[in-house]
Amino acid sequence: METQLSTPTPDMIEELRQCAAALTEKLQGDQYEEASALIEKVTDCRDRHIFQSIGKLTRGLHDSMKNFNVDGGVCSATNEHADECEFNDASNRLNYVMELTQNAAEKTMDMVEEAAPISLSLGQEAAVLKTEWLRLRQREMTPDEFRGFYERLDKFFDVTDTSTKKLNENLQSIILEQGFQDLTGQVLKRVISLMSEVEDNLVSLVKIAAQVESVVGIKPEEVKAQAEKEADIKGEGPQIKAEEREDVVGSQDEVDDLLSSLGF
Amino acid sequence: MKILIVDDFSTMRRIIKNLLRDLGFTNTQEADDGLTALPMLKGGDFDFLVTDWNMPGMTGIELLKEVRADDKLASLPTLMVTAEAKKDQIVEAAQAGVNGYVVKPFTAQALKEKIEKIFDRV
Repeated sequence: METQLSTPTPDMIEELRQCAAALTEKLQGDQYEEASALIEKVTDCRDRHIFQSIGKLTRGLHDSMKNFNVDGGVCSATNEHADECEFNDASNRLNYVMELTQNAAEKTMDMVEEAAPISLSLGQEAAVLKTEWLRLRQREMTPDEFRGFYERLDKFFDVTDTSTKKLNENLQSIILEQGFQDLTGQVLKRVISLMSEVEDNLVSLVKIAAQVESVVGIKPEEVKAQAEKEADIKGEGPQIKAEEREDVVGSQDEVDDLLSSLGF
Repeated sequence: MKILIVDDFSTMRRIIKNLLRDLGFTNTQEADDGLTALPMLKGGDFDFLVTDWNMPGMTGIELLKEVRADDKLASLPTLMVTAEAKKDQIVEAAQAGVNGYVVKPFTAQALKEKIEKIFDRV
């Protein structure tokens, strides 16, 4: 949005010039009453400019607030709470992402935990049968032992059949479970686009605020260093762009190097 | 060997638990932050602590400091497994007396190496 607020209009400047000229004239002619009337006119003129500016700013602010409602359909017609609602929607979506990733991780681990003992016992049984088989080939087996071996082998084929079916099933559902990546990706994309729209709108709000400051004559305060210092020790979660940051390690190797430089 | 795993995400606790089981450590217990972990540590003879950093309630670094300040627990071997990767944080953990530091996401191999290193030294 285009807002040129602090520069007075040409009309206004013309009016001020005329007043100034008239004022000098009156003062030189010792006409103090008329002069003070002129001074009043000048102040009025300036006030009007401020009021007009504030009016424009308010409209700009209103527009920016309205723009926060990026996804109109979701929050129906209650524009009053549109911004709040959109943010609620974003956090709902993020919660959904958390839920989905957690479920996928749990299910995948369930499948693996179920499969691990199956493949383990298949392997163990195969190893036992192999030693028996070697004994058979070297003709070290009694007929009774052979009968036992024969039955055990028979059973092993059955178990192998059902076990591998189960293992394949689990592997398949682990693959399917990875679908969360697609779903969460889509949701995250929407949240990211909401965030960047919000960012744009915030930038225009900040611009407007800066103009308010220049019209009214407030200087922005400078506060920063303290907050930065405190952030250090707090947890930040995963580093998204570790390779672009100096103060962050990018790999386990770097952690190890740092620790060994400290005498670990 | 009795191990306490402290992480606010149940999936991460489960992953660590599984990796530890593969390494032959089957006696594990879990806590979801420092506040639940500390009484468990004080009450039960744990031999090893694996903790995350960023948790609600009491963070892992606070837990580590509490552990080092406690007469009975002061020498408990502690491994930090965390997504926190700022150099300042690693230095702070080292100064607080951590025995090993693994950044997430990690490999089974990295976890194994760090654990073995800790027990070689203890």
